[in-house]
Amino acid sequence: MALDLRQNKYADVPWEEKERLFEEVKSDMRFHHALYGCYECGVCVAACPSARFYDFSPRVIAQAVAREDVDLVYTLMNDSIWDCSQCFSCDRCPRHNSPGMLITIMREVAVRNGLETAREALEGYGRIIYKIMSTGTQVSPDMLQPNAFPDWGPHVHHISENLEVWRRALPPETLHTTETGWAVSDKTIIELYLIWHMTGVMDMIEEVDEGLHMILVDVMEERLEEEGYDVSF
Amino acid sequence: MIPLPVVKKASERDFRLPENPPTEDYHEALDELEKDGEIIVQRVPEPYIEVKTKYGRTKKIPIGKTWHHKSCGQCGHIPGYSTSIFWLNRQLGLDYIDPKDQTSCTAWNYYASATSNSAAQAAVAIRNFAAAYETGYYPLIHCGTSFGHYKEVRQALIHYPELRAQVRKILEKLGKPLVIPEEIVHYSEWVYAMRDRIAERQVIDMSHITATVHPACHYHKLIEEDAIYTPEIYGAQRTAIITGVLQELGVNVADYSTWFDCCGFGFRHILVSRDFSRSFAVQRKIEVMKEEANPDIVVTHDTGCVTTLDQSQFAAKAHGKKVGIPVLSDSQMAALAMGAHPYLVLQMHWHNTDNRPFLEKLGIDPDEKWREFEAAVERLKSGEQLYLTWDDVEAPVAAK
Ligand code: SF4
Ligand code: SF4
Repeated sequence: MALDLRQNKYADVPWEEKERLFEEVKSDMRFHHALYGCYECGVCVAACPSARFYDFSPRVIAQAVAREDVDLVYTLMNDSIWDCSQCFSCDRCPRHNSPGMLITIMREVAVRNGLETAREALEGYGRIIYKIMSTGTQVSPDMLQPNAFPDWGPHVHHISENLEVWRRALPPETLHTTETGWAVSDKTIIELYLIWHMTGVMDMIEEVDEGLHMILVDVMEERLEEEGYDVSF
Repeated sequence: MIPLPVVKKASERDFRLPENPPTEDYHEALDELEKDGEIIVQRVPEPYIEVKTKYGRTKKIPIGKTWHHKSCGQCGHIPGYSTSIFWLNRQLGLDYIDPKDQTSCTAWNYYASATSNSAAQAAVAIRNFAAAYETGYYPLIHCGTSFGHYKEVRQALIHYPELRAQVRKILEKLGKPLVIPEEIVHYSEWVYAMRDRIAERQVIDMSHITATVHPACHYHKLIEEDAIYTPEIYGAQRTAIITGVLQELGVNVADYSTWFDCCGFGFRHILVSRDFSRSFAVQRKIEVMKEEANPDIVVTHDTGCVTTLDQSQFAAKAHGKKVGIPVLSDSQMAALAMGAHPYLVLQMHWHNTDNRPFLEKLGIDPDEKWREFEAAVERLKSGEQLYLTWDDVEAPVAAK
């Protein structure tokens, strides 16, 4: 989709709200290490994979933020940041900026504030969040299902058909799992849940997916309770 | 034409180390914090191998006593990748731990969805580091993204006292110390450091093989400082990782013009917007390699890169694109050179692009090897054996 920077698509959003979100971006402790001003040289764009296939530019992002263009930053926070591949090829910026890092920060603010566009960007992604947060490994063998990866061809079908026995045919004993990438010990999972609890990450999930938040909280609270922790998210 | 004597090909340029490295020395910063009692620095165990990084600083690579920080994508979808790393350690007679007290770095999810924050990311990293420290073994990071992200975490912990305080409090609640390793070491750095020992044990000739290399962005671009460079490889203008190993194995490493490009993985894209990943991987990487170098194999060193470059070729082939190059990790190539079984160890059946012609070119009969794999699977199906073990795969195929 073409990025329309001429019209203010978000004119109905109060300027104060846009400014509040921008201030939140600037208050991130990493912000000052991500932007030192911008030459507009375009080195970042030349290196950027997303710029080749989307109407997307790390230079525009660095410029908008450097100029404190509150309206444009809000537009980009909605219509641009989710195109980024987070490869950090743009870190070769001669000003030592990291447009990729600016985008990470802007994404975090977008999620924390439950922007509709962040919800849309993460549609269909919930099962991944569920997997990583509840099991401690992100990609599990049982995700290799033909309907999830139709463009990867029949080999996904072969793997899913043989999954259980092919996992047993792996010599490392941590890899016999099908629902997690490797076998994670119970104690480790509990520690991971406590980290999620102590860092407020679950509040971010609630902003973008209430249903997922509910399921995750159920799973974690039950497990923590079994281990003697009285914790509510 | 105006002669431009200053513009030389990368291969013709002189190697000059900058007099003043443009980045801070994290070793000094970590030592300072340790001296102030803020952190524990886990030291690289002896014996280690010293290598040079981008700005000429020295990095220590442990040989043995390693704690293997596994990768979600490798273990989940390309398990021969991690199996090969372990197999190499075993063949070289090295002591290691494959821990269950390890979570993912969770950075794939973070870069895909941003549903996390600096404190959570740092706490997950340090929990894993502390788990390694408790065993006395040294963390060896399998994933390029974990490696890059952990360097980001290290940088943040060095620079932001408020983050250190927050993470320390969390770790105290878990009963763990705030420990940061002296070096964050990627497994491919270990393979690189061990390349002469690997080559000494080489049983499969690879001198007629041409390979192209894809370096992972999160290895050499994200916190560029501690990636390995040497004047012998591309005049230290590009990281020596992978290329150094392949050259040691006698492989012809061919250059191509989009070497620096990303693979197109994109974190969220590979999962929910794969049209981008496919287009990028095929049009900017695979087709360019095919056109300019026509390699037998693409060798890379990261989870996402193997996945994207390999899996994207199926749909592209249906569209008549110039594709069809199998993709392996450097650990798999090294294991194969040392005679590892292509299915029992490298687990090449989890890869997508047809790799049988490549095996045949190496003088390995894929049908025979597949029959051996199927015979092993039959033993599992019949209940004769519950799992394959290292005893079943330890001996190099060429020695059998
Ligand atoms: S962010 Fe850096 S690389 Fe990009 S245009 Fe600005 S100065 Fe150039
Ligand atoms: S991190 Fe994002 S903006 Fe930077 S080069 Fe990669 S895709 Fe482009």
